[in-house]
Amino acid sequence: MLRLSLKTRRTLLPYLFLGPGLLWLIVFYLVPLINQGGVSLMTGNPEDGYTLTWHFATYTNAISDYSTQFGRSVLFSGIATIACLVIGFPLAYFIAYKAGKYKNFMLLLTVLPFFTSYVLRTVSWQLILNDNGWVVHRFQDVGLLGSNGHLLATNLAVIAGITYNFLPFMVLPLYVTLERLDRRFIEAATDLYASRATAFRKVTVPLALPGIFAGSLLTFIPACGDFINAALLGTPKQYMIGNVIQAKFLNILDYPTAAALSFILMTAILVGILIYARLLGTKSLTEAAA
Amino acid sequence: MLSSRDKVRDWLLGIWSALALLYLFIPIFIVVLYSFNDNKGRFNFTWQGFTLKHWAHPFSNSDLTTALQHSLIVAAFTVVIATALGTFMALALVRYGFRGKATTELFVFLPLATPEVVLGAALLGLFLTLHVGTGMVTIIIAHVMFTVSYVVVTVRARLEGMDRHIEEAAMDLGATEWTTFRKVTLPMIAPGVAAAALLAAAISIDDYVVTSFNAGQTQTFPLFIFGATRQGVPAEVNVLATILLLAVLVLMGLNVLVQKARARDEGGGPEAGREQVEELAFDLAEAGARG
Repeated sequence: MLRLSLKTRRTLLPYLFLGPGLLWLIVFYLVPLINQGGVSLMTGNPEDGYTLTWHFATYTNAISDYSTQFGRSVLFSGIATIACLVIGFPLAYFIAYKAGKYKNFMLLLTVLPFFTSYVLRTVSWQLILNDNGWVVHRFQDVGLLGSNGHLLATNLAVIAGITYNFLPFMVLPLYVTLERLDRRFIEAATDLYASRATAFRKVTVPLALPGIFAGSLLTFIPACGDFINAALLGTPKQYMIGNVIQAKFLNILDYPTAAALSFILMTAILVGILIYARLLGTKSLTEAAA
Repeated sequence: MLSSRDKVRDWLLGIWSALALLYLFIPIFIVVLYSFNDNKGRFNFTWQGFTLKHWAHPFSNSDLTTALQHSLIVAAFTVVIATALGTFMALALVRYGFRGKATTELFVFLPLATPEVVLGAALLGLFLTLHVGTGMVTIIIAHVMFTVSYVVVTVRARLEGMDRHIEEAAMDLGATEWTTFRKVTLPMIAPGVAAAALLAAAISIDDYVVTSFNAGQTQTFPLFIFGATRQGVPAEVNVLATILLLAVLVLMGLNVLVQKARARDEGGGPEAGREQVEELAFDLAEAGARG
């Protein structure tokens, strides 16, 4: 065995530890993304193949052709993120401070969705919301839906599905942040005669901001790329950019457009993260999630 | 003292939380319920009465069974490779200072911040460019790629909470670095590594998006379900999903019992069981969002 000085070994060791994993990520994450950039600038057709022609117009065409789906992705994900926050914050707050001996059980129920298949849970929403289902009939009974009204295949169904699937990712970071929050700040506020509502508004919420941001990112980013909810709970009228990318890539075999679309999506999200990192610092980004 | 207004507020908060949990729980209840549905024909859309007939032959649909087998094989390979790669990366990031550390940290974090559809499409693009046929191997490659970051984040969080002095003490007492690693560091981070491995398994078994791009003709459990939605998902899917759910719950229950027993031996309180679920929640929160 090679005898190296302790110092040399200590400088080499981290690279040895990192090497294999980094190599995997470079070859199967970074290189594909760069390759994707190349593919997006190709022209051709599925029969004769594609060649690199530096055809930048694919990008402008992709944006003008699919601005509706891009807009819908941002809109649906944005609404779902806000809905997750509205539903999730009180839940996280209750689990962290009020649940007492039921804390364990409530946390388990929050993580339970992770133990059944994502696709199957979404199929389950199809059963719940379908036109002959109990829910639609009850909605019709109380007049919330007309006799020919639908819940399935509407914007509402898709947004509700996204909200459902990503709610735990909002609740968990919020819970973690609230749980680790130094409650003496809240006590101090109430000692200084702040009402509970004021203490909540001026102390708890600002201190929970990292959790709110982390939860929002963890909800918004995957929701933007999601196409399972739109495919199973919606119709082509609800399709998001993920549906377009998948269809272009796997059915229509229009690789350049698919590559351009996913590049645009990726860039938009990275810019969003960079703005976020600027506002709160990169460290808080990775730590807020922890 | 709580004022009556505060009491009302707590009540409303409790009701809101219960409704939120119901929202999370109902679709799962439906999945389990429909495994007992006495459906006529292929469709399992409406409730037609209770039966155990699907439970009698959960593996009767050979396509489905093959798909589940594929998922389990992929998950096994993914767990072994991703856990090994990710654990060492986490060790390097927490235990050592080196050039390019900040960049590396950001780079490892990036796959978590990339939408799955982009990950899947980009990887398929590479395989197409290199004329690599897609199948089991490419699914495993893809799954390792996007689970490694979860492993790093999970193990790193545990390492950061660990007392370095114990390792230093071992070295002071003459243990070599390798012995220290084997006898001190590894046992100490073992629970974190196990949590990361479980997480990687769960993500791998459940993944549809990335897999759909890199599977070729190979079916996995989620791909089978998605494909089946057009003709009606067979009730055996509900049975197998329920079995998977039960298996995880039993594993978690056993884990809690073991931890409780250990805590009793070490004089710990009944808190230990709670910590298990709490740590799981923390791990999932750390690992970020993936469907």
